[in-house]
Amino acid sequence: METGVAAIDAARPRVGLIVNPIAGMGGRVGLKGTDGPDAVERARSLEAVPVSGERAAIALATLGEKATGGVDIVTAPGELGAFVAQRAGFEPIVVGNESEIAGTSHDTIAYARAIGDAGVDLLLFAGGDGTARNIHDAIGVEIPALGIPTGVKMHSSVFGTNPRAAGELAARFVEMSSGPCRESEVMDIDEDAFREGRVSARLFGYLRVPYQRSLVQGLKSGSTGNELSVLNGIATAIGQWMTDDALWILGPGTTTRHIATVLGLPKTLLGVDLYRNRTVVSQDANEQEILRQLDATPARLVVTPIGGQGYLFGRGNQQLSPAVLRRIGLSNIIVVATPGKLAGLDGASLLVDTGDAALDAELRGYVRVIVNQRQESMQRVT
Amino acid sequence: MTRVRNFHAAQWDEPLILELGSPGERGYIPPAVESGIQDVVGPAEELVPAAMRRQAPPQLPEISQPGVLRHYLRLSQMTMGCHITPDASLGTCTMKYSPQINEHLARSPQMSDLHPLQDDETTQGMLEIIYGLEQMLCEISGMSAFTFQPAGGSQAIFANACIIRAYHEDRGEGDLRDEIISTAFSHPIDCAAPAVAGFKVITLMPGPHGYPELDALKAAISPRTAGLMMTNPEDTGIFNPYVEEFTRLVHEAGGLCAYDQANANGILGITRARENGFDLCQFNLHKTFSVPHGSTGGSCGAGGCTEELAKYLPSPKVEFDGERYYWDYDRPDSIGKIRSFHGNLQAVLRSYAWILAHGSEGLRQVAETAVLNNNYLQQLIQQIPGVSIGYDAPGRRLQEVRYSWEPLLEETGVSSEDVRRRMVDFGLQGYFTSHHPMLIPEPFTLEPSESWSRSDLEEYGRVLGHIDSEARDDPEFVQSSPHRASITRIHEDALDTPEQWAMTWRGWKRKYGDVATPNA
Repeated sequence: METGVAAIDAARPRVGLIVNPIAGMGGRVGLKGTDGPDAVERARSLEAVPVSGERAAIALATLGEKATGGVDIVTAPGELGAFVAQRAGFEPIVVGNESEIAGTSHDTIAYARAIGDAGVDLLLFAGGDGTARNIHDAIGVEIPALGIPTGVKMHSSVFGTNPRAAGELAARFVEMSSGPCRESEVMDIDEDAFREGRVSARLFGYLRVPYQRSLVQGLKSGSTGNELSVLNGIATAIGQWMTDDALWILGPGTTTRHIATVLGLPKTLLGVDLYRNRTVVSQDANEQEILRQLDATPARLVVTPIGGQGYLFGRGNQQLSPAVLRRIGLSNIIVVATPGKLAGLDGASLLVDTGDAALDAELRGYVRVIVNQRQESMQRVT
Repeated sequence: MTRVRNFHAAQWDEPLILELGSPGERGYIPPAVESGIQDVVGPAEELVPAAMRRQAPPQLPEISQPGVLRHYLRLSQMTMGCHITPDASLGTCTMKYSPQINEHLARSPQMSDLHPLQDDETTQGMLEIIYGLEQMLCEISGMSAFTFQPAGGSQAIFANACIIRAYHEDRGEGDLRDEIISTAFSHPIDCAAPAVAGFKVITLMPGPHGYPELDALKAAISPRTAGLMMTNPEDTGIFNPYVEEFTRLVHEAGGLCAYDQANANGILGITRARENGFDLCQFNLHKTFSVPHGSTGGSCGAGGCTEELAKYLPSPKVEFDGERYYWDYDRPDSIGKIRSFHGNLQAVLRSYAWILAHGSEGLRQVAETAVLNNNYLQQLIQQIPGVSIGYDAPGRRLQEVRYSWEPLLEETGVSSEDVRRRMVDFGLQGYFTSHHPMLIPEPFTLEPSESWSRSDLEEYGRVLGHIDSEARDDPEFVQSSPHRASITRIHEDALDTPEQWAMTWRGWKRKYGDVATPNA
């Protein structure tokens, strides 16, 4: 794909826009998502109305209004972005042309990459969890990204609380010439299972999302002070403990990764990594590898719940199987979380779903969560 | 009045005093020292030891008398007058009207000319008042002794944490018992103070009824438990009905229990700390006991305890030997001094006068009226469509309620911060949102105290209802408020960016150079 019109003011901030035009169609007709061509067809046959473009236009209009220094929009052709940008009063820079549109999720990935290649300060995308996954596949954490919530399922904490908030957050981000960001979870559930009434969510990765008090979903109640200093406090608490000769197992997530970073150790973001005497034993270990490393010496497992939904085991860390957890011993499980993450659970419990009912029963009750150096919080587990 | 007020605050666009005046300008030039005096005393500058003398004069403002008066008059016109504005806004702070007569007492020469180093024989009246207030607070709380040395609630809570530490050290368990249990809706100082005193802090999260469940406490208790430090009612205005169970369980585990009664306005004369099983407590005299606060007066955290723990209270302490009052310094088990000299005794005097004026019946009536006012205001506020109240709490809220604007935010994009800024346009004090952690989304906490009338509360409710309607008609207008206040919008984002902060004039000049007034 080639970049279109190139009348660009280099000094002006550039915001990318990609719209998943069918996101959200399933919601009002009770389809629980439109991932997969059959679902889209069914949605259309039920006379579902596209809502994504409308909501994206609200976000973009807010961006135009609030970004007083001006902003250029780089977007995909037609209903994948250009129409929405025009409706919101922009003359967008369009990458590619309409004839290339295939009408599948590959469009989102291909155009997100093309927009990223064209150079943007921030990529706005309108859709739900499925769209967030596509954006994650396309750009990872290279470019800050922010979701305009238009989908049915929004378990990921990468969306503005509403389209207007997304526009406002984007405006503040560009006004501050790239404001603060944090890595937030991209979650998705298996839609077929969801339609059958079973929820099976997975952690797919992270996007780098602009952060401002109370404008990002999943943090409904705002942050508690400086998130970085809290993370450092948690890392210090674990670091002081990690001087023994036990096998230390760090589960997935940004909180556990920060512990490793502070200790000068590498850590995979989505994987389970093993350490002994503050050196790496194994990275991104699967169940078999973890079991192999669990010998006679004691082991300690550090895990953090998934932001916004609170799963401790059974989502995003299935390597930590019932067999692994039993070998480690429940008293050697250490739970860490920032107070902001706990507040974002909105009073809900931490959740376990290991697949072993007896083990789940043992894990239920109350658990101490390390929330800072010498600070813990009692959390209910159900 | 049945409408919202058409109000506009004064806007003087006033520079900082450091930017006013001109070099050499003076408000008053004192006469030269007469030669007779100078012959005896020597040159004035030599009264200061050479090593302590400034090498360069301080950079004070240089400004004429009318310039000073004009400046401060204008600043005063741009304030809300927090002592007189019907302030249901600052929930948890117990903003009540403080009678003027107590101000006259506190500012009288008999009070303001007292010096902490005066001989006890010359301060018997003040010592009697301190001793008398101690007896009154013992009666109110069920405790056996009080200190008035802490200059605020936080300092008193820190003293209580130090007493818990000293108690366990004396029993040889100082190293073992290093954990304090608190609750998420207690004031954050109930975590921060024990942390400063060296404890690890375990926080209990609220259960479905708004207060922590007994099972959470049981799970937190261990041989490491040094004590429990909590408020009740908590920040939500919900009274934990199982508090006696809480204190009993902690005692059975060998811990002590400290009751943060900073705000006792809902329970005064109704429940007592001792009967709830607490060993320690504190009252903020500047809240419940009518000492002006909010930059209008020195505060006092009165710390109380059982007879068994009294020996640990800060030193010195006022005692009475049957004939005379005196400062007792011979207290070997004391945790020592918690601040210099004897504390803010003007606060002690004001509270003493306020309690005497009310009597025990009157104190109970204060609590009953405060709770009634709060429940009346709650009836008005919960009719506003954008407001919700969390937790299925048993019974009524006591003296305050933590509400949420979450429905308004979802429906209009207008947040609690937006409403808080807009209400200033109607001549009301912007409300307090929440202590952290902010478990309730888009929070605001209202506490009308006993001071404000039914029409005051109705006006207050009307303003919030009006802003809710505005948010639905024109959200941008509310979001860009205030429009009629003394200053325009302050960007809250700066609160998260320490690099932008300037706490002193020097800091301001260093960070922002010669840029004009910071708040312009």
